[in-house]
Amino acid sequence: MRNLTKANRSRVWGLGLCLIFATAALGVILTLPAVAAGHEVNIDNFAFTPKELTVKAGTTIVFRNRDDIPHSVVGTKGEFHSKALDTDDSFSFTFAKAGTYAYSCGLHPQMQGKIIVTP
Amino acid sequence: MSDNKQGTGIDRRGVLECMIWAGTGVIWTLNGGVPKSSQLLGIGTAQAAEKAATGFSFLQISDSHVGFSKPANPDALGTLKEAIDKVNGLPVKPVFMIHTGDITHLSKPVQFDDAERIIGDAKLDVHYVPGEHDIIDENNGQAYLERYGKNTKGTGWFAFDHGGVHFIGLVNVANLKAGGMGSLGDEQLAWLAQDLKGKPASTPIVVFAHIPLWAVYPEWGWGTEDSAKALALLKRFGSVTVLNGHIHQLMQKVEGNVTFHTAMSTAFPQPAPGTAASPGPMLVPAEKLRTLLGLTNVEVRRGKQRLAITDTPLTAS
Repeated sequence: MRNLTKANRSRVWGLGLCLIFATAALGVILTLPAVAAGHEVNIDNFAFTPKELTVKAGTTIVFRNRDDIPHSVVGTKGEFHSKALDTDDSFSFTFAKAGTYAYSCGLHPQMQGKIIVTP
Repeated sequence: MSDNKQGTGIDRRGVLECMIWAGTGVIWTLNGGVPKSSQLLGIGTAQAAEKAATGFSFLQISDSHVGFSKPANPDALGTLKEAIDKVNGLPVKPVFMIHTGDITHLSKPVQFDDAERIIGDAKLDVHYVPGEHDIIDENNGQAYLERYGKNTKGTGWFAFDHGGVHFIGLVNVANLKAGGMGSLGDEQLAWLAQDLKGKPASTPIVVFAHIPLWAVYPEWGWGTEDSAKALALLKRFGSVTVLNGHIHQLMQKVEGNVTFHTAMSTAFPQPAPGTAASPGPMLVPAEKLRTLLGLTNVEVRRGKQRLAITDTPLTAS
């Protein structure tokens, strides 16, 4: 950096700012769908996140496995049952009726979550 | 993770009673339920030295996860092949192999085919029990049973005798209940009671199943919720050896006349209990991987009721 001319220096600054903006924009792009939809449950580190989610009846929830190990999503009362989800596979289910739906992973039953569906 | 002095790179955190050794190693002998360890010069030497007194030996392989290709081991089929090459290089041929489950990663036909092809190269009879990864086909384990379910009951449990030892293969990965751990279920427990009925207490028993039959770490589901019922049925026997997989690392515990032992995986290591955010595959430096993968040799000495368990990694560290 020592040998940079003033012009070059400002170009470096510009580049830096540009990167900051780009990163911020990317952040917005990446976070927006999750915030807007709010109907995703991710599987990370053998856990459902969020562990509990409240949605209105008729909402479709997407369960996505982001672990290096397959998982599945099984309604405790058999209301729904995904196949084994490999890394980055997802499973969608539309919760038509109000109620509380407890679920777990069919492979690792200590992984548990809950969907609360309001009318 | 700190290296132990044997250099296996496994941090036992003081809670584990393990064992090993490496190319030179420790052999655990079971005599009336009291294990004794002794240094060995290596598996070949050990076998030669023990040959005269040995009734027979068998091998345990576990958690081959054929189809796994994530960073923790991009070539799980390759390391399975290395394990089988080791089997073929043994100076004393084992009488058979047991596979304690997670043969495949995703229960796909091609993964079962690949596993069968590679394991078949050992030209040994193989007695399988399923892991949870082997019964995740669309029909909840039908694919597994079609291949390995011949002469088994229920979800794939069975028993057989060899050289005076009674072997029992149990299934504790089916019909798992939310919030629970591994499970045997009442039907299997009733079968086990029936199977053991009338057997002399002097019969050496070897029980094998995928998930450990003792509570290794319930927080990660590493245990079997109704294993106490099975162990109660085994209590009267003078020599019981329980061989498990699932946790992809060596562990041993002795309780009364029962020795519990878990085998290494041939695919990827998993963290010691509670040392990581989850029990997922543990990424280790490439040169270390094969020191954490391997297989287990079990020797039965006729008339002495003792089983000697030796673990061999793919590469001595």
